[in-house]
Amino acid sequence: MPLDEIKIGGMGASRRRVEDNRFIRGKGNYVDDIVLPDMLHMEILRSPVAHARIKSIDVSKAWDTPGVRLVLTGEMMAARNLAWMPTLSYDTQAVLATDKVRFQGQEVCAVIADDPYIAKDACAKIVVEYEILPAIVNPLQAADPASVLIRDDKENQPGNKVFDWEIGDKAGTDKAFAAADKISKIELHYPRTHPSPLECCGSIADYDRATGKLTVYMTSQAPHIVRAAVALVAELPEHQIRIVSPDIGGGFGNKVPIYPGYVISILASILTEKPVKWIEDKTGNLISTGFGRDVYLKGELALRKDGRILGVRMNTVSDHGAFFSDAQPSKFKIGLMHSAFACYDIPVAHMMSTGYYTNKAPGGVAYRCSFRVTEAMFFQERMVQAAADDLGMDQAEFRRINFVKDDEFPHRTAFGFLTDSGQYGKCLDIGLEAIGYKNFAKEKAEAASRGRLLGIGISTMTEPLGAGNSREYDILGIKMFDSAELRVHMSGKALLRTGAKSQGQGHETTWAQIVTHELGIPAEDIVVEEGDTDTAPFGMGTYASRSTPVAGAAVAMVARKIRAKARKIAAHLLEVSEEDIEWELGRFYVRSNQDRGVTIQECAMAAYSNMPDGMEPGLENNAYYDPPNLTWPFACYIAKVEIDPETGVWDVLQFVAVDDCGVRINPMIVEGQIMGGLTEAYAMANMQYITYDEEGNCIGANYMDFLLPTAWETPGFELYEVVTPCPHHPIGAKGVGECATVGGPAAFVNAVMDALKDKGVRNIDMPLMPNRVYEALTTGNDVYGMPPVRVGN
Amino acid sequence: MYPSRFNYESPKTLADAIALLDSGAGETKVLAGGQSLVPMMKLRFAFPGTVVDINNIPNLNYHRFDSDGTLRIGALCRHEDLEHSDVIAKGQPTIAAAAPLVADPIVRTRGTFVGSLCHADPQGDWAAVMIALGGRVVVQGPKGKREIAMKDFVLGPFQTALEFNEIAIEAVIPAPAGQARGGYLKLERRVGDFATASVAVALEITGGKVVRAGIAMAGVGGKTIDATDAASSLVGQALTEANIATVAAAVAAVAEPRSDHRGSSDYKRQIIRTFVTRILTSIANSTKKAA
Amino acid sequence: MTSLYEEISTPPAGDVPVRRVTINVNGQARTVDVEPRLLLAHLIRQGLKLTGTHTGCDTTNCGACTVLFDGRPIKSCTMFAVQADGHKVETVESLASASELHPIQEGFKEKHGLQCGFCTPGMMMAAKALLERNLNPTEDEIRWAISGNLCRCTGYQNIVKAILWAAEKMRAESK
Repeated sequence: MPLDEIKIGGMGASRRRVEDNRFIRGKGNYVDDIVLPDMLHMEILRSPVAHARIKSIDVSKAWDTPGVRLVLTGEMMAARNLAWMPTLSYDTQAVLATDKVRFQGQEVCAVIADDPYIAKDACAKIVVEYEILPAIVNPLQAADPASVLIRDDKENQPGNKVFDWEIGDKAGTDKAFAAADKISKIELHYPRTHPSPLECCGSIADYDRATGKLTVYMTSQAPHIVRAAVALVAELPEHQIRIVSPDIGGGFGNKVPIYPGYVISILASILTEKPVKWIEDKTGNLISTGFGRDVYLKGELALRKDGRILGVRMNTVSDHGAFFSDAQPSKFKIGLMHSAFACYDIPVAHMMSTGYYTNKAPGGVAYRCSFRVTEAMFFQERMVQAAADDLGMDQAEFRRINFVKDDEFPHRTAFGFLTDSGQYGKCLDIGLEAIGYKNFAKEKAEAASRGRLLGIGISTMTEPLGAGNSREYDILGIKMFDSAELRVHMSGKALLRTGAKSQGQGHETTWAQIVTHELGIPAEDIVVEEGDTDTAPFGMGTYASRSTPVAGAAVAMVARKIRAKARKIAAHLLEVSEEDIEWELGRFYVRSNQDRGVTIQECAMAAYSNMPDGMEPGLENNAYYDPPNLTWPFACYIAKVEIDPETGVWDVLQFVAVDDCGVRINPMIVEGQIMGGLTEAYAMANMQYITYDEEGNCIGANYMDFLLPTAWETPGFELYEVVTPCPHHPIGAKGVGECATVGGPAAFVNAVMDALKDKGVRNIDMPLMPNRVYEALTTGNDVYGMPPVRVGN
Repeated sequence: MYPSRFNYESPKTLADAIALLDSGAGETKVLAGGQSLVPMMKLRFAFPGTVVDINNIPNLNYHRFDSDGTLRIGALCRHEDLEHSDVIAKGQPTIAAAAPLVADPIVRTRGTFVGSLCHADPQGDWAAVMIALGGRVVVQGPKGKREIAMKDFVLGPFQTALEFNEIAIEAVIPAPAGQARGGYLKLERRVGDFATASVAVALEITGGKVVRAGIAMAGVGGKTIDATDAASSLVGQALTEANIATVAAAVAAVAEPRSDHRGSSDYKRQIIRTFVTRILTSIANSTKKAA
Repeated sequence: MTSLYEEISTPPAGDVPVRRVTINVNGQARTVDVEPRLLLAHLIRQGLKLTGTHTGCDTTNCGACTVLFDGRPIKSCTMFAVQADGHKVETVESLASASELHPIQEGFKEKHGLQCGFCTPGMMMAAKALLERNLNPTEDEIRWAISGNLCRCTGYQNIVKAILWAAEKMRAESK
């Protein structure tokens, strides 16, 4: 009897999660749960102002506080060449300010004390004298040549511009627009927001002078990148650095960058020769760590009468804060913004991008998003809806006629990406059916008779997940591949390690399922470890939905290497030649006699006790996987909303999600990712944003102002599935973690806009707070940006 | 977030608590539910020298109707006590409507009704409810007890008429002259958000006619706003579509909202107008049904 | 008796007053010396080493620190440890017995009601408080009862299902 793969927890099984066993008992092991002997505690003093020259810092009263062990200033960091550090985008970032503070919340001093209460007391006693400078809080101000220069620390920095960047075919695009029957335009602001995992960032640095070893427990989604960076910045030997990411209380991109707090805690441990713990508070997290978005987008579509899109023009102006620290592949200055319109068959496109420094928190920018893909898809789907409206075409039909068709893959997008698979029309059909699109006009009229406004919003998109390949994608020059290491013990139980790092995605559960699929070892017999750079193979970490596309592929590949060796052992045990052996899940058998076989467990035992002559003992291996291409999942999200015209409050009546992420390893976990992502989409569309006042004060510095939706507001989601396997991924899987956050917002916004279409309203920028919806519906005017600025050329 | 140091006192009697306040020369804060004070201390917006925890003083956690219909709410009555109270559900509709909308369900297990009044947050729910109901606050100090009408109790944002050595020990809601009807509506962006605007309505109805109309608002001014004058035209009338519209407009007109990121002043007035209309209409409909 | 002060802080110099309190934590009386400003959440985590209770925000919004205080859910970051003197505190660590998970714990695992696990202990304690009052809650009642607890990963839908699952099992057990 062949093994039942689902029963043993293989691919396709909604296996209950292994990691839950500790989490539900309160036995997780997050950074703040770790206590080392003699550990000290660090608190950071942050700048209360957005832009100022530091005239003086008096730390004497802090030093005098009983229980204080060390007070660090920028000057002390500078003496050790650590006042500045490189960012992930080849810029520099201040660790502790020396000359100026450049955003509210910037790190100015650090106090290390016996407990955090004392450290906080001492921080309050530090006196910093600031000479206030004008604050620049949006790119429009930054672009003004008369504006104050934010980055006067940099040589050859003539103004506040970070970059100009261009991609696509300008001449071809101009030609397409000249030939268009109609040109449709839209202009948007994607407001600044924040990944805001519930657990803030933190670290415990533990430098052992006797051995020269530095161990850092920290909240990192990419511990190996941190090890490499620490080796470069702190000039410590890489083999003496151990980065451990224990359980992480959510990441969403916030825990990819390297923050000053980590670096300061390392130096503090070196100086005090004691472990130093730094746990950021929520305000510190929201006002100083990697935000998301903050881009002004405008563009236009060249349209033919029959609804075909002939060309795209895009223009982006992005606000990077005080330091250009986007975590993104170095080749692309505005990330993968040019993945916009990838699901549509468009001949030609052109995009221009400009980035600016402002007196706001520096980037990170990834927030459940592969490098600006969220902005790209939001713009795409808002643009598409506007174009359909301009043409007077049905919004679903307009999408359908422009989709890349099932038989047109591989398809080169207008901006040069290669998409490889999908069934876009089928996904749309399922979504329309589920939302009751056919009957919607009737439903809308009925609601109108009750004084209510109904709208349906569609968002369809394919996005590039799973960087690299290594030809095009790197972080700080390190190519974007990933790895896995598999050790099968003699009893057939196994240990798997990867270079990825789960923050809630369930790797301990799903990686084992891939091994089960490849080897037939029951999933419960496989333990998965990640996050400790001393034991895990080198990997680029978990973000950009790259775990399954890259590390997951490496898991399959290493399991296949193990199987290849086991096959030789099986041939030896069965006394036949390798060519005469067949594989079924968990077992090799002799082709001519299926009853004669050996299990993978028997092969494992033989690898240690009865290997063929000349064969290396043991059954373990590793694999480094460099994907040939990105994976291209597709999603169709449809929202039906109802607006209360007297208050502008809108409710989601129904939300349908159709996701095609290829083969699903664990459907339960995939669905969990989609629901979580849709909730963040809803949050951004409705309430979750960060803005700044004219002085550069952050509005959104705690959970009273930065609003995460609760169970009460969050709508229910109906999920549907289409499976188009990825042609190049070893198990046919595609990335999925971000799809819903990326594609979701446009569905909500398009639905509200659909409801307001008859009022002449074309756009309300997110968040669609009731007051903004009310303003639009009563005045018929568009409602732009927050803060109210419009930028572009 | 770590509060700064303070002395902690947990007196067992009201007299001891008052004596502690009296000796503290204004550096002392009363701790009841702590759901506003403790966060402020953590953020170091508040740093009292001494905290007087009144949770160990017996007989302050109650809410009850006297035989004449007067409602009394003790200093340690938690929001959730009111939310889950049968007597409130039956006898005091404005409080019953507001209780589930205060903060969030976990905060409600600890935060107190009277403590909210003393916090005097212009966006606070209970001050609006109390003003609409014509309630009074009983305060006790070294010289004994005094009663302060709620509309005189709140002086401004986070400011009350309490002397430094006084403790608010009870809220009193007078017995209604007729049948108590009312409601509370709040626009919040999510559970636990401060009110963008909220309205408390408390009517007393006899024989289908309004004998007293109290209305107050939160979130639309530097302090809780008493709109009872604006509602006075209802007195002596049965609720009609026309007089509801008139009063809704009049109430909105006395709001003093500031334009901010939650909405323009016009928008907030519109919310007030809408909410007043909705509450009164709902009362009118149910009164009709009952009749 | 254990003096746990040192685990939170070395004794501060000068005249910092310390209070001796006895708190019944998960059924066990714990006597500790605490500085008045010590938050209950910090005593639970650092002093008593019950690290299942998490602190997620500083403003009494997220609910990751939710524990039961005399049977009712509170945010333990918004109470001073001294205030718990003579009271009963239950944390997530009290849910499972040596041999058995609580139905709420089983429900969260069965219905995939958690991802990163950070909000989970507080969420489960809020759920426990709900089910102790109402063993037959509707979906709306559940959403309402957990609206003081933020989750960033799940979108709540599976948390609701987890609590419904637990309620059903508890009803069956109570029959």
